[in-house]
Amino acid sequence: MAVNMIVCCKQVPDPEAPPAVFKVVNNKMTLPPEVKPVIGQYEEFALEAALKIKDTAGGKITALSLGNNFVRDVIKKSLAVGADELILLEDKAFEDGDSWSTANALAAAIKKVGTYDIVFCGRQSSDWDAGQVGLGIAEILGIPAVTLARKVEVSGGKAKVERVIPDGYQVIEVTLPAVIVVTSGIGALRYATLKGIMAAAKKQPVIWKPADIGLDPSRLGAAGRRSKLDKLFQPVKESKCEIVGGETVAEAGAKLAVRLREAKLL
Amino acid sequence: MAEYKGVLVCGELADGKLASITTELLGCGRKLADELKEGLLCLLASDKVGEASKEAIAFGADKVYAVEHPALKEYQADSYMQVAEKLVKDVSPRVILIGQTSVGRDLAPRLAFRLGTTVTTDCLNLSIDPATKLLVQTRPVYGGNAQAVFTGESMPQMVTVRTKAMSPLERNASRKGEVIPTKIDIDASKVRTKVLETVKEEAVGIKLEDAPVIVSGGRGLGGPQPFQTILKELADLLHGAVGASRPPADNGWVSEHLHIGLTGKIVAPDIYIAIAISGASQHTAGCSGSKHIIAINKDPEANIFREAQLGVVGKYEEVLPAFINKLKELLAV
Repeated sequence: MAVNMIVCCKQVPDPEAPPAVFKVVNNKMTLPPEVKPVIGQYEEFALEAALKIKDTAGGKITALSLGNNFVRDVIKKSLAVGADELILLEDKAFEDGDSWSTANALAAAIKKVGTYDIVFCGRQSSDWDAGQVGLGIAEILGIPAVTLARKVEVSGGKAKVERVIPDGYQVIEVTLPAVIVVTSGIGALRYATLKGIMAAAKKQPVIWKPADIGLDPSRLGAAGRRSKLDKLFQPVKESKCEIVGGETVAEAGAKLAVRLREAKLL
Repeated sequence: MAEYKGVLVCGELADGKLASITTELLGCGRKLADELKEGLLCLLASDKVGEASKEAIAFGADKVYAVEHPALKEYQADSYMQVAEKLVKDVSPRVILIGQTSVGRDLAPRLAFRLGTTVTTDCLNLSIDPATKLLVQTRPVYGGNAQAVFTGESMPQMVTVRTKAMSPLERNASRKGEVIPTKIDIDASKVRTKVLETVKEEAVGIKLEDAPVIVSGGRGLGGPQPFQTILKELADLLHGAVGASRPPADNGWVSEHLHIGLTGKIVAPDIYIAIAISGASQHTAGCSGSKHIIAINKDPEANIFREAQLGVVGKYEEVLPAFINKLKELLAV
């Protein structure tokens, strides 16, 4: 069966940037221009999950993203690796939302897309880390959801999902349509081929504004928040690391053992 | 409009006993309930709750709603949701505390959206604003590179709490409380998922969460081999366990169950030895509760040295053999 899939992707500042460059200024995270935006790590896994199904069962992948001022080359990576279509909810009204307003807007967009068997999401965004939007979408659409998926197979209107639990995994069968929230075990997102990059360059994303998904701007972004951000801060961390040295690195290693013993730590 | 009152802990059982996260939630919930001058309630749902109800009282609960049903033997969202939704609507709490665990991560956002409220996940700190009586919620964001303080006016106010972030109360078996056996029907036709199989795959030996010593490796180890040889040797010597930061787990060098960090396990051993780990915030989120962090890294600027109390700057290939040999000598005495 050809599977219709929607993959929710978020454009975030590169979470792999060194911790020292993350600076909070006036209650906002401010990053230097050398920190480039990327598709969130877990959304990349979600894309890969969808591509694996397209490889075997065939089907269509629609990438869906919400925000404002998307960097086209970044978000079009979804097309370059093999998504068939890209829909951007792009407007100032979508900015600074919380999980509540974001899930509501994405769910409205998914309803507008209409035909879907699986909605893939990442387990949490790489900036706010809340881990709620996928489950929120499932609740709003009234469809089941399986979280922490590391393997997904589809057959006969159902999906079989390996869900990671603390000491192993469960195999869960879920009726479709469903939301499947993906974690890292699925495997890294494949590289875009030259052909894929060229095809993506020719495609234009579909842009939807608040009116296109039938939601009043008061329900979107910052205006639609249910959770109020009172303060963003960085706890001051005093580094008090004692560096154990030596003539050679090996000597330092031996001294570290002595130092631990002296401190009665071992 | 309904009146929202009290603090409800959604508890978890592990092998029939109260899970440690539940005692932590009760400890934190007791303080919040006292500040509000309201009750501390606890929901325990399983196929058999038994003595765990009394334990919840010993750890601080005023009322325990014990829901027993064969369908609750193993966590399944659609069955647990029916129980949680019904109980929350019946008791109408002001605050709901859930663990940021495998179960809590799956349950809390569903419940929040179902109830039309919001949840703040992975909280490290909670307090009551005396002026507004609102729950002030602090959680890490940007992979642990900052923290955010949230409040929300939609009721009930829901949060999940990071494991090991809160202290349980001292167990007090003489504490008074009420166990309320509660019957809630579960409509099997609304359960849209089926667990076909549950497979254990954790390595034998000491459980990572319980190990007093953890020897943890990062991207700098370059592949799976050092985990199986030199890190394992050191861990065995110290009766500890081997762990990893996220890249080795993502790259398949080690099992994903060894991943320590924001999206992996949260550990707090006596000694945490971080080898070739740069110390990204998303990793230190999982180990910063350790009593002593010791770092070995060739980069003197690595962030891990900001977290560690003791460190050696050098290649692990050169530091570790000498370190292990000297330790063997010292431990033999």
